[in-house]
Amino acid sequence: MRLLKYFPLAVENIAVRKLRSFLTMLGVIIGVASVLTTLGIGRGASADIMQDIASEGLTLLIVESGTNSDQTWTSGQPLTMADVAALSDPSLHPDIVQAVPLYRQYIHLGTGNTSRFIEVVGTTPAYAAIHNLELTQGRFLTEQEIAQRTKSVVIGADVAQWQFAGADAVGKSLRITNEPYTVVGVLRKRGWDRFGNMDIRAVIPLAVAQDRLRSTSPAHRHRGEYTVSEIHVNAVSIERLDAAARQVEQTLRLRRVLTEDEPNDFNIDNQAWLLETANSVAATLTAFLAGIGAISLLVGGIGIMNIMLVSVTERTSEIGLRKAVGAHNRDILLQFLVEALMLTLVGGLIGIAISYGLAEIVKSFSSPDFPLVVLIEPGSLAAALSVSAVCGLLFGLYPAIRATRLDPIEALRHE
Amino acid sequence: MTGPPPLIEIRNLTRTYNIGRTALHALKNVSLTIEHGEYVAVVGTSGSGKSTLLNILGLLDRPTEGTYNIRKQDAGDLTDRQRTTLRNREIGFVFQEFNLLARATARRQAELPLFYAGVSRKESRRRALNALAQVGLADRADHRPEELSGGQRQRVAIARALVNSPSLLLADEPTGAIDTQTGEEVMALFEQRHLEGLTLLIVTHDREIAARARRIITLRDGAVISDERRPAPAAAP
Repeated sequence: MRLLKYFPLAVENIAVRKLRSFLTMLGVIIGVASVLTTLGIGRGASADIMQDIASEGLTLLIVESGTNSDQTWTSGQPLTMADVAALSDPSLHPDIVQAVPLYRQYIHLGTGNTSRFIEVVGTTPAYAAIHNLELTQGRFLTEQEIAQRTKSVVIGADVAQWQFAGADAVGKSLRITNEPYTVVGVLRKRGWDRFGNMDIRAVIPLAVAQDRLRSTSPAHRHRGEYTVSEIHVNAVSIERLDAAARQVEQTLRLRRVLTEDEPNDFNIDNQAWLLETANSVAATLTAFLAGIGAISLLVGGIGIMNIMLVSVTERTSEIGLRKAVGAHNRDILLQFLVEALMLTLVGGLIGIAISYGLAEIVKSFSSPDFPLVVLIEPGSLAAALSVSAVCGLLFGLYPAIRATRLDPIEALRHE
Repeated sequence: MTGPPPLIEIRNLTRTYNIGRTALHALKNVSLTIEHGEYVAVVGTSGSGKSTLLNILGLLDRPTEGTYNIRKQDAGDLTDRQRTTLRNREIGFVFQEFNLLARATARRQAELPLFYAGVSRKESRRRALNALAQVGLADRADHRPEELSGGQRQRVAIARALVNSPSLLLADEPTGAIDTQTGEEVMALFEQRHLEGLTLLIVTHDREIAARARRIITLRDGAVISDERRPAPAAAP
């Protein structure tokens, strides 16, 4: 290809003017490095948020009795263990991994002035898995404890702090509604989520809760079955979440013998809104950072144009000579364009290298409390390179055209 | 009429520059014929139109009126592209100020016309080194202008002008920026090539230089006032 012969020429011209070339590239270097680094920090932050959200259980459906529409709560028939058993049938619910029952009750822990209000959740071992619970001490409840109705308890981080002041809690006894439970595990501090504050919670076997923590609402039993407060249904994937919700709805309507014109008397909630919010936050963040990047690239591009224009003026006599000895306008145009292109591409590559260095520096400031992740994606690299190439062509074009318009006689006389 | 057609034939050539409202006639109704292999000096005071004539003959400028035929082709009919190509293939330029590329080696300077002629790098290199050897600069091929003397620079420029084996060499005050001794050497180089058949046209205000030519055309105020042909020097040493 004829175009190729301009590349060695451009390399020579760039090499003999090292400082000038470097200054020209500086705009692109800074532009590309800042775009990639800020974009990388943005992507890293949103990936971090996504991961947090994912640990909140995006594939979860929360089924509760009663409906909540127009801020009016309408009660419905309680959910029972029979519902849980029905939802656990995989042949009818192909998009459901498991249905986990919860029986919750708020109780006072301790007596007198030191008493604290905590939430006791009766559930099964699957609860830990679907909520990604991590433990700092001991272990979660076992199937055996559930079956044998052992009075074992896994406590939240704050509960452990209050009751045992940070000492080893496993094996100690905790009194809940005046009955002793043995602590088998302590949850990692987690804070608030959709389900409340995990840190002020005590988790005990489901049947024990249903038996010992009776309340009036929901009714303790319904049609001879133990009731549950909520059923947490885990769908196979985020994509199948809606299908799973439809399967839950169908089963529950059938079991409640609701006719076609009767509305649901239960509520199926999910956390997809969290994902949507996070996505829109990430999109805004990315657009904002890309905007800053675009401005710095524009400034860099104008810098290139400026220096290329100076370079054309400075090399007027060279251009005149080249024309005199046989350079067509096309040759001059391509010479300057290829030079601009090479400057911006090399600048882009240096910018990429620097952005990786900056990413490492940013990462070194990261701490567990304030995680800084820098994600430089291959797509961003390709975009940075093509944007800098386009910059070179765009901002190199005008000086190149100026160069072709020089009158060789005038240019030759120019010293 | 027999014999080959003239290399250059200009008829009633006029070049007018418009400076504001006034028209400056740089050339007025000039007619000339230059045959293949001639050795012509164009003399005249500054402002006499020498450079304008050279620019038009070198296809760098177009006449306002009149015709210019080079190798029987009417230059007025040629596109810019064709004129550039013709300049590249048929015309070599040597300037008073050498007009070398500031930071390129002598070999690179000599390769320049070949670059635009589309000659391969290897062949360009061979021919450039050959051209440099002919001007006695074989050992200076990798030197840059700032490492060369004035005379050496002009010899690089001559190598560049001759590398494409043109049929016409146009030199604008080729000895104007170098000392007399070196000027002699440069002229000797030209004359050697002239003996090999190159058509030479040298613009100068130096009478001594002009006296070496076989034909002296004198310009004044844009018009030819004399055109004298002289016999070959009786005894060339």
